[in-house]
Formats: sequence, C-alpha cells, structure tokens
Amino acid sequence: MTERERTQVRVGPVAEFRDGDRRIIDVGGTQVGVFRVDGRFVAYENQCAHQGGPVCEGQYYPRMEAVFDDTGRSLGERANYDVPHLVCPWHSWEYDIHTGEMVGLRGLKLRAFQTEQKDGDVYVIV
Amino acid sequence: MSPKQRPDFYDRSSVPTGNLLANARKQALARGLYDFPIIDVDAHHREDTASWQGLIPYIEDDAIRMFAEDVTRRESAAGMMGLEIRWHSNSGRIVRPGVNGFADSLSDDGRDPLVRRTIWAMDEMAIDYTILFPTAMLFLGLHPQPQVEAGLARAYSKWLTREILPQDERIKTMLYLPFNDPQAALRIVEDFSDDPAVVGFMVTSVRYKPVHSNEFAPIYAALQERNMPLAFHAAYNWNDQSLSLLNKFISAHALGFTTSNMVHLTNMLMNGIPERFPRLKLLWVESGLAWLPFMMQRLDNEYLMRTAEAPALTKLPSDYMRDMWYSSQPMERSAKQSVMEATFDIMDAERTLLYSSDYPHWDFDAPSTIYDLPFLTEDAKRRILGGNALDLFGFKAESSATPPDDDATVTATEHGEPVAPPIGP
Ligand code: FES
Repeated sequence: MTERERTQVRVGPVAEFRDGDRRIIDVGGTQVGVFRVDGRFVAYENQCAHQGGPVCEGQYYPRMEAVFDDTGRSLGERANYDVPHLVCPWHSWEYDIHTGEMVGLRGLKLRAFQTEQKDGDVYVIV
Repeated sequence: MSPKQRPDFYDRSSVPTGNLLANARKQALARGLYDFPIIDVDAHHREDTASWQGLIPYIEDDAIRMFAEDVTRRESAAGMMGLEIRWHSNSGRIVRPGVNGFADSLSDDGRDPLVRRTIWAMDEMAIDYTILFPTAMLFLGLHPQPQVEAGLARAYSKWLTREILPQDERIKTMLYLPFNDPQAALRIVEDFSDDPAVVGFMVTSVRYKPVHSNEFAPIYAALQERNMPLAFHAAYNWNDQSLSLLNKFISAHALGFTTSNMVHLTNMLMNGIPERFPRLKLLWVESGLAWLPFMMQRLDNEYLMRTAEAPALTKLPSDYMRDMWYSSQPMERSAKQSVMEATFDIMDAERTLLYSSDYPHWDFDAPSTIYDLPFLTEDAKRRILGGNALDLFGFKAESSATPPDDDATVTATEHGEPVAPPIGP
C-alpha cells in the first residue's frame, strides 16, 4: 500500500490517554481499538482471531506463569503484571497487548494498524 | 510488579462496552444468515434466585416446597440444587451481558427477563428458534435425594411451559427427565409431550444409573411412540473418582464433557437399545465432534473381536451412531482442515449434525463457526444450521430472527463491576 492510499484518522489528544486507556473508533465500518500501553500507542481491529469477538472490549489480565524449582517440583503459578494481555470477552483468547500476538498460538496475530502522533494528537493509519 | 505497583493500567482494564454480540450480528448480516432458518438445539439460561422462586409454587411435595422457599429466601437457588465449583468464567475473563454479575440494559417489554435476554441473543446471532435448557439443572442428577430431583424437574416443567414459553413461540424446550426416578420421568413425558413448546426430553449425563437398565424401557417406549427425541446433555462431575484426579477445570471440563456421554452411548449400543427401540431418536449434546471418530473406531474395532459379547447388535456400533444426532458445540477447530473433514465424513454430518450455540456459556459457538467451514456446500451448511433440526424435531419454522438495532443492549461495566443494576426482578 502506498503512502497516498493510507487514511489518517484522528483518534484524539494524546493527553487524554493515560496508561491503559483505550478508545474504539469506527473507520468506514471497521472498528479499531487504540490503546496506550507503556507510553506508546497500539491499534487493533476489534475482531478476535478466534470467532470474531470484540477483543478490543476485553479486559487486561497479566500473563500467567508456572513456577518450578530446580528439582522439577511445581511451586504454583504467578501473575506477571509486566506482561499485560488483552483478553477477548467471548472465550478469553489472550493476546500480548504490545504485539497483538495470540499467546497460546504464537504467530497468530490480531490485525494491527499503525499509529502516529502529531501536534499532540494520536492518529491511526488505516 | 504487583497490581498495586501498576494500579493505573490494570484499573483501566474494564471499560464500558457496547453491545457484546454486535460482531455476531455483523457476521450474520455479511453471510446472509438472516435469510434461512437457524435452529439452536442447545442454549442456556442462568436462572437467578428470583426465577427459581417463581417455580417454587409448582413444587407438589410440601416438604420440598417448604425447604425450597426457605433456602431461596435466605440463601440462593444453588442451595437447593447443590453447588458446583464455578471456574467457568476463567477468573473473570469471560464477559456476558446479563449474567455472571454483569449488567445489561435491555428494554422492558413486560416479558420475563429470561425471555427478553434469550430473544435478544437469538436476534443478534440470527437464530430463529432455540431449545433452552436450565444451567443449574445440568448437575441435578447428582442430587442425593431423588425426590428432590423429581420434584424440581416437575415444577420446572410446569413453570416453564405455563409461564415462560407461552411468552414467545421461538423458544422451545427439551424438558429435564429425572432419571433417578424412572416413574417420575415417565410421568413428565406423559404429561408434557403434548405441549407445543416441548420438542423432546433431556437427560443430563452426569448421573450414576446405567441407561440400559430395564427400568428405563417404558420411557424409551413412550418416547418412541410419540416420535420425540431424547437428548443426553454432557457435563462433568469433578468429584467423579476418575475426574477428581484432575487438578484443573480445563482438564475436568475437557474430559468430563466427553466421557459423560461416552459412557451412556456405549451402554446404549452394547445393550442393543437401538435394536429394542429402533425408532427412538437419540441426540448427544455438548460433547463437540472430535470424540465421534474416536468412539466409532474404538467400538467397531472391539466389536469385531468380541461380537459374541454384544449379541443384540446386527451391525457395527458406528452404523448405529450414524443413525443418531449430535449437537455441534464446542466444535473443535484447532486441527488442520482434513481432520475436520474426516470427522464430518465419518459421522455423516450433513444428516446427523445439529448446530448449537450453548450461549451464554463460556465456550459458546456463533453460527459462523458452521457457515465458514470451507468444505461444506451451501446446502449442507443450511442443513446443519437448521434443516436437520427442523426434520428431527418436526416443527415448522414460521418466525424469523431480525437484526436488532445497533445499541439494543449495553454491557455496562466498569472496573469489573456493573454500573447499572441488572434487569429483572
Ligand atoms: S472470539 Fe475471541 S475468544 Fe473467541
């Protein structure tokens, strides 16, 4: 796709987004969720790779990790809050919110859109 | 980093959301699913305590009714039916408007909230008719008091057919049969089979009476005579001796929802129930599809070696299985396409498979899961989504789902808490 064919859609002032805030916008019938995560913006189509559920309306859950000791014994499970997942509300498929990658099936990704910041506003390129 | 160290981010996790089934409606519109009949043979209602209070007056036994009145007033409906451990919502990850403590804002048209919520979900998914089953009764077969199982089943049948189903003819039922009391089960068949909304009967598969036992023969005969299907609805009993070895819900659910039906199906086959009741229509619900090639191969293989041990059979177990029906959900779609194709082929899915959503449960399937299968013809898709069910249940599709307005409902939640009171009494 050439530069000229891309549409820049204004999402809103950067200052209105705190870490974790999101906005879902409609671009010609396509819903796009724009999230501020760790200071940067990511944008995904509001359509889950599983059954097409509204993934951008899902909640954030930390990545869950199994803890083993050196001898191979299980010490339980812990939540790693440094790795937030976006969780689809339909059947809880989980995506790494930074990359849009499905965590149970690496390589499967949400449809992502580029974001840009200009003059204090955030834009999504569709 | 704990959530306390990162409060802002995770506090913004739950946002007010729009219509959570809007994407299902978009799928339905894009695929033309509103243009032909779709029958959902297994959807559920999660009865709140208020619903159960509605059916209590129909409990005939004084002692059970007094117990039920008290326990629902002071505790909850679960107190009379027995509690299961509720891992289903995956620690809150799954969101459904109007259930699990999440609010919705469905408009009040004077009908019972159960009817309004059911019709709303049907319209969003382009489902014309639904066969509704009560979630809380899936485990009632484990109740230690057979008289309570039978009393509640009968009260539910009366309440549902008198108060709920007359409110919308698009909602049908296969009524719960209390199989721990075969005579009470037979009475339900006799007393309710003429009701136009009753299209069959349901046995919950989590129970411990063998279904080939002679005490069930009168029930099978009565159903065969009436030409009404008998469905077996899978579930899991985490306290079952085998399943109790499993330390996770994912494990108990994945296995239990198949083994509970496998056991009953095997008993039915090896004891020749299809030979003794050749016109009895059997439907197996909510075990998905992947168990079917396994069962067909496994049982056929052993039958060929041990034909003498199953003398009631006149053909292969898999041949009988292709004379039964199966609901589609939760349809396993993770293998490569050829595996699914082989499954559809071995079970003769174009004839035996019936779409089910299981909505609003955590692993529900939208109709697009069937419609998007690339190896099915348009005719096969329509048969599985509706035609096979219309043939099996023998009713005519006279109404149709219509796509509702965009904002027909809103899941009003913030920070995981409902922001508006849930509808309903
Ligand atoms: S549609 Fe998103 S998890 Fe199923």
